[in-house]
Amino acid sequence: MRGLTGLAGLLVLVELLPRLGLVNDAYLPPTSRIAAALGDELVTAEFWQAVGDTLMGWAIGLVIAVAAGVVVGIAVGAVPVLRAATASTIEFLRPIPSVALIPLAVLLYGTDLGSTLLLVVYAAFWQVLVQVLYGVADVDPIADETARSFRFGTWARVRHVLWPTALPYVFTGVRLAASVALVLAVTAELVIGAPGLGKSIAVAQTSGAVPLMYALIAVTGLLGVAINLAARAFERRTLAWHQSVRGEVPA
Amino acid sequence: MKRVAYVLGLPVVLFAAWYLLSAGSESFYAPPLSTILESFGKTWTLDRLGTDVVPSLLRLVAGYALAAVIGVAVGVTIGLNRRVRATVEPVLEFFRAIPPPVLVPVIMLFAGIGNGMKIIVIVFGCVWPVLLNTVEGVRAVDSVQIDTAKAYGISGPARLGRVILPAASPQIAAGLRQALSIAIILMVISEMFAASNGLGFTIVQFQRSFAIPEMWSGIILLGLLGFGLSLLFRLAEGRALRWYHGLRDAQRRS
Repeated sequence: MRGLTGLAGLLVLVELLPRLGLVNDAYLPPTSRIAAALGDELVTAEFWQAVGDTLMGWAIGLVIAVAAGVVVGIAVGAVPVLRAATASTIEFLRPIPSVALIPLAVLLYGTDLGSTLLLVVYAAFWQVLVQVLYGVADVDPIADETARSFRFGTWARVRHVLWPTALPYVFTGVRLAASVALVLAVTAELVIGAPGLGKSIAVAQTSGAVPLMYALIAVTGLLGVAINLAARAFERRTLAWHQSVRGEVPA
Repeated sequence: MKRVAYVLGLPVVLFAAWYLLSAGSESFYAPPLSTILESFGKTWTLDRLGTDVVPSLLRLVAGYALAAVIGVAVGVTIGLNRRVRATVEPVLEFFRAIPPPVLVPVIMLFAGIGNGMKIIVIVFGCVWPVLLNTVEGVRAVDSVQIDTAKAYGISGPARLGRVILPAASPQIAAGLRQALSIAIILMVISEMFAASNGLGFTIVQFQRSFAIPEMWSGIILLGLLGFGLSLLFRLAEGRALRWYHGLRDAQRRS
């Protein structure tokens, strides 16, 4: 309830600042004009096309990154030698800022979806991989040895011991990756000019359509909030059996 | 000995593989590694470092430090006051969810395209993770500790500096770590948009003039920079939070 007051306050503040002349309204238009621009935009097909393009780049990139992260993470994490041998490489590659790949993406894919995907996958992959590695390391050695004593094969141990232990970590990784993927998708569109919301923002900026630019930025923010909430809800539903979720329910 | 082999083994193998596989490369986009390394030495001379890398780093440090100070100060204020927190939390979540690079065009309107713009962009992008993590950290301070401090008459700055901030510091450090990678991204992006010097500007310039080996050398330099900064951060964090990591280890062992 109080949160709504906060949001309303922000809207009123943005309305009043330019109206009272505290901020030049060429730079920050009042809420009503931003809302009007958003209303005009909502009925155009181009806007929904842009939203669709952004979400498509986000979703495909995220799926690839999660699949690759989980497979590589389990393979590397389950074999101690591999884990020890790759630790330094992962630590080196992970902090490389994905924006460093922008020039490369432009050369390889131009302004296609491929550019967006390259950046999204690179940035999201590490988030998932690192969480999966933590998850695999968290396996209870007694459970693992019990499974061995019962002659579980490698596959059965991965399926029944390793995977359930790692799952909450996997979800944390997916949640982090989902927001990073959105940031990178919009960034790629903004800087490279791949089709999507980022490109619409860049076009609005260069053509001086300031209210529209603010409206589109607000849309990216709302998308981010929606993705966050959806990821949390999904995690809660799928992990309802797990201690970390059950423990939060007030007794 | 074995540990050194593990740490260095794969990187050496990968590096050698890249070197050998690309040795006879005719591809325009993927020149031989030897060419890239050669151009690395030629491109990133001391002169170049002074005119392009140092300004970038100065903007990064200025923006990051400002964001850290603002984030912690505002975060403590919000975290200590339940009503303020409930009111502003959705607004903060919204601002955090906005992809930081889209702020570049907005801030260009207000601050032009000078150093000020780039620093403000970095501050605006980095402040949210620091702020929200500080709020969480302050909120999670053990209430027994606070009550004890109150009972002993420890108040005001002493309570803040000796009880609340230390207790929240692991969370704050987590926020600062997130903010660091955002800061590097924004440093590069803001320079790609509008700049006359800096790393991001130079790399895009190479790409546009199809100076491919130089572009690759720039990508490698950016990678090294990202790695170096995160290493520095880890060292600093390890020192500042030594007590915390020690405590965690002790708890895990018991």
